[in-house]
Amino acid sequence: MAPAEVVTWAVLSQRLPLISMASAENEACAVQSIACPSQAWRLQTVRLDSAGRVEGPRTSGHVTGKMAVFPWHSRNRNYKAEFASCRLEAVPLEFGDYHPLKPITVTESKTKKVTRKGSTSSTSSSSSSSMVDPLSSVLDGTDPLSMFAATADPAALAAATDSSRKKRDRDDNSVVGSDFEPWANKRGEILARYTTTEKLSINLFMGSEKGRAGTAAFAMSEKVRTRLEELDDFEEGSQKELLNLTQQDYVNRIEELNQSLKDAWASDQKVKALKIVIQCSKLLSDTSVIQFYPSKFVLITDILDTFGKYLSYEMCLFCQELGDHFSPENANDTAKETCLNWFFKIASIRELIPRFYVEASILKCNKFLSKTGISECLPRLTCMIRGIGDPLVSVYARAYLCRVARLTWGSVSCSALLLNSVMSAFRAEFIATRSMDFIGMIKECDESGFPKHLLFRSLGLNLALADPPESDRLQILNEAWKVITKLKNPQDYINCAEVWVEYTCKHFTKREVNTVLADVIKHMTPDRAFEDSYPQLQLIIKKVIAYFHDFSVLFSVEKFLPFLDMFQKESVRVEVCKCIMEAFIKHQQEPTKDPVILNALLHVCKTMHDSVNALTLEDEKRMLSYLINGFIKMVSFGRDFEQQLSFYVESRSMFCNLEPVLVQLIHACVAYCFITIPSLTGIFTRLNLYLHSGQVALANQCLSQADAFFKAAISLIPEVPKMINIEGKMRPSESFLLEFLCNFFSTLLIVPDHPEHGVLFLVRELLNVIQDYTWEDNSDEKIRIYTCVLHLLSAMSQETYLYHIDKVDSNDSLYGGDSKFLAENNKLCETVMAQILEHLKTLAKDEALKRQSSLGLSFFNSILAHGDLRNNKLNQLSVNLWHLAQRHGCADTRTMVKTLEYIKKRSKQPGMTHLTELALRLPLQTRT
Amino acid sequence: MGTALDIKIKRANKVYHAGEVLSGVVVISSKDSVQHQGVSLTMEGTVNLQLSAKSVGVFEAFYNSVKPIQIINSTIEMVKPGKFPSGKTEIPFEFPLHVKGNKVLYETYHGVFVNIQYTLRCDMRRSLLAKDLTKTCEFIVHSTPQKGKMTPSPVDFTITPETLQNVKERALLPKFLIRGHLNSTNCVITQPLTGELVVESSEAAIRSVELQLVRVETCGCAEGYARDATEIQNIQIADGDVCRGLSVPIYMVFPRLFTCPTLETTNFKVEFEVNIVVLLHPDHLITENFPLKLCRT
Repeated sequence: MAPAEVVTWAVLSQRLPLISMASAENEACAVQSIACPSQAWRLQTVRLDSAGRVEGPRTSGHVTGKMAVFPWHSRNRNYKAEFASCRLEAVPLEFGDYHPLKPITVTESKTKKVTRKGSTSSTSSSSSSSMVDPLSSVLDGTDPLSMFAATADPAALAAATDSSRKKRDRDDNSVVGSDFEPWANKRGEILARYTTTEKLSINLFMGSEKGRAGTAAFAMSEKVRTRLEELDDFEEGSQKELLNLTQQDYVNRIEELNQSLKDAWASDQKVKALKIVIQCSKLLSDTSVIQFYPSKFVLITDILDTFGKYLSYEMCLFCQELGDHFSPENANDTAKETCLNWFFKIASIRELIPRFYVEASILKCNKFLSKTGISECLPRLTCMIRGIGDPLVSVYARAYLCRVARLTWGSVSCSALLLNSVMSAFRAEFIATRSMDFIGMIKECDESGFPKHLLFRSLGLNLALADPPESDRLQILNEAWKVITKLKNPQDYINCAEVWVEYTCKHFTKREVNTVLADVIKHMTPDRAFEDSYPQLQLIIKKVIAYFHDFSVLFSVEKFLPFLDMFQKESVRVEVCKCIMEAFIKHQQEPTKDPVILNALLHVCKTMHDSVNALTLEDEKRMLSYLINGFIKMVSFGRDFEQQLSFYVESRSMFCNLEPVLVQLIHACVAYCFITIPSLTGIFTRLNLYLHSGQVALANQCLSQADAFFKAAISLIPEVPKMINIEGKMRPSESFLLEFLCNFFSTLLIVPDHPEHGVLFLVRELLNVIQDYTWEDNSDEKIRIYTCVLHLLSAMSQETYLYHIDKVDSNDSLYGGDSKFLAENNKLCETVMAQILEHLKTLAKDEALKRQSSLGLSFFNSILAHGDLRNNKLNQLSVNLWHLAQRHGCADTRTMVKTLEYIKKRSKQPGMTHLTELALRLPLQTRT
Repeated sequence: MGTALDIKIKRANKVYHAGEVLSGVVVISSKDSVQHQGVSLTMEGTVNLQLSAKSVGVFEAFYNSVKPIQIINSTIEMVKPGKFPSGKTEIPFEFPLHVKGNKVLYETYHGVFVNIQYTLRCDMRRSLLAKDLTKTCEFIVHSTPQKGKMTPSPVDFTITPETLQNVKERALLPKFLIRGHLNSTNCVITQPLTGELVVESSEAAIRSVELQLVRVETCGCAEGYARDATEIQNIQIADGDVCRGLSVPIYMVFPRLFTCPTLETTNFKVEFEVNIVVLLHPDHLITENFPLKLCRT
């Protein structure tokens, strides 16, 4: 059996949620699962006894084979050829291989793969979910952007954050709090990441100082060289150029410099200390080994930090008696003077880069000079960086300034631009916990050049990511919205409001959200401002949906639907509707009958449906159908089937352009039928409705529903009374039953076997029911039915069945002419034949010769039509039956003559020559 | 260590103005008691002028140094001959800063050809066997703030190849346009020199932009005068090929001692200028000169 067929089965037998309504009525149809028919096949063979009887609670003792067992051999039929022979000759059209409109063929393997994918997805049978996106393979991490991100410049990383680290740098965090990522973590990361194998060099020029700063420390490995250099030192300062250093050497040397700085400071050689710092900072202007630069930056800023710390410690010593709360006014004159001295000295550093770094490193000391020292100095230093031509060096300089300044920013009344930078660069948690402070600062800050609404937007973005303290939340919203609502420009307003909607949804109830939505509507409606802001408005809807999973609450937000009305451009409107429906399908757990939800969503779905036109792409249609179906499936009125049906009727009239939706509705209606039919009184009405519903279900590929209908019909048959009231007269029901059953058989031909119930389980059950039915004493109906069953079984044993239902694989393709299946089929035939023959025998006893003759001839005709008369036994049986029909002179001679003529005529057809011989063995009884 | 003599001036910054009282202590510290023939304190203020070699020739310069001009000179006897006990002895003093006649207390200035310096000298005379002890200490005089508000005098400048003088081959110069302004050339000495500089365009890469603070000292005498310009400090404001069109701040703090309010007397002058120096690749040096007027408010 080809795997593709198995998959088809699996796809088709997926259970629809709606049928679960019916499960109370009929458990049999509830459980469906994916299994290979061949497995069920094996189970079934066990369940058959040697005589081919169906094992069951019923004793079927009278179905025995006392008579000689005639094996059934169905005649092989070629329905196509037979049909062709009966009509005008068809001339096949020659199609060339090439045709411009011929669709591009998809390779087999691919198709299968997709199908299989679909089969594993659980409840929904939508194929849209299993689409293979050809673009996805392109995006397997090889796009240039992600590659770029992987090798991104660490300067950005220095400002970025990493929440995984928990270590705290106690020293620095007193101001910024414990949620600030300490530099110490970043530092280690950078050092570990940016390494090099290239040779490095250090070029130190110690100014005019005669003392050889750090010489002793340097002398370790390059003694000779250093000695030689020492000779030069007498001229003008000490210049050292250390070449060909490995990275480790370099690190060691910088560490030595750090040490000599400490030594110099300790031995009160402050000027020497300053010179070391200047020389080190100078190294940062050299970008020759660029991949090592971040690490170099870290090493050298370490030295700067040491220096800055020393200096501010020294200042503090002078101010010790003043305690921590010193102010420049009461700062000791000596401290002030010393500080001033340092500043003058540093201000006269010739080169820009060292001057910048050293100034930045002692930024903190500005507070000893004046209250506003730091706030004046920061912008100046920021501007100073503009003078650095090398972009890398300047970015790092900026990073250093940020790092130094972050310790002091709290006390600074910042410019709006700076505030915004802080809010976009720092971790959201950090910002969120200080939201109130930020709001205060935003209110006070200087707005020039950077509008405040952007600041509120930035703050909102942070609050969307991290939560502020619970106690502040309402106040934050009030403060922020107070500003936002005053924004005159709709664009400014919506950009800001859009961000804050998320915060509102996250922390507040529908009341607040409603207020916010109302405000947005109020701002965006005048002059149709919404037309320019669809993306933002869409985002608002998305955010609201993301937080309100309960749709009854969502739709009870009064302004939600009016808000939707702002989307007046159809494409946008449909997009929004899609979002809503996606959210509904995702989050709605329980079926609903809430009229608020139903009304709103019907409206939403109708919008989506109405957007469909001749130009709509298939994909789009599929998507819309999927969404609408998702909605229909979630609607349940419980036991109120009438309302359910009226809902379906309403839906049908609304969504008539989308075929998948109609299919869904049919499914739903099929379920409705199943539930409603038992409430009818007319037994045949019920039977026929079951059959029709089953056929409809089958036609719509609702296999399990069809099975359920057929089973229901079968189990209803025993209840058929002998007499029924037709138009006031009581009449025997058998002929009606016969008619129904023949109809039923025709349908059963194409009903595929259920994978779990064994081969031909419906036919078997039906046979058992027929067997047990209490037939009229003097009636041959049962045998006529058996004859029909024989026709059915013959048709079933064909390689290709006479008819099919589109998209439904009947047993012919399911079993593919499997020999076991055919054997099972034949066994059933034999049982049925035995029954017929048994009955013919009893008729002889009862002297009902006329009936016997008629039945015999009918049986003969059946064999002639469906049996393979090349089989000797069957051939003999037919001859016997011929004789039986004529034995007591009960046969109608004209019928017999016509039959014989027919046989002779048939024998002339190709492959029917054996009939010639048969005809010779069939004598016509002359009337005596 | 035997006996140590030290002068401690009360003000940490040692800055005084005319008419103020300079106060402090003389500290004598010794393990043993100290015999002495008296301790005196001298306050002295002089202007030292020197003719540059360039102006008058090496030998003349060496010999013909202009006589120092004395601004202030007074001595007080602090302690009569006697004996200091062992340990630390502090002797307070007060010196009113008053000049005689029409002399002016010029502001302290350390230059190359002009030096204006004020010192306190403490002398401890001792017996023949022990050496006299001397300690000198400089204090700083700031001229009294000038009255009236200083009017800022902003200057805009544009530097292009066309604006340059002293160019040999103008055609060989790369094209450039540098614009900027100084917020004022009338500067308060305690406030930094500020302004902005924008490299609007430049064919050649910028190597460096520097601010060169220059002192112009003029020593005049009957025979004529010598005028010399020397660099005080050079502050780099741009390093490397800076972004075009982005203003680079001009910012320079006037160094103490090496600058003073612009001074003009009958005998000498001290003036200041700033040069904006732009270095272009490979080897062009462009200088724009701005005379400054420094004052103290």
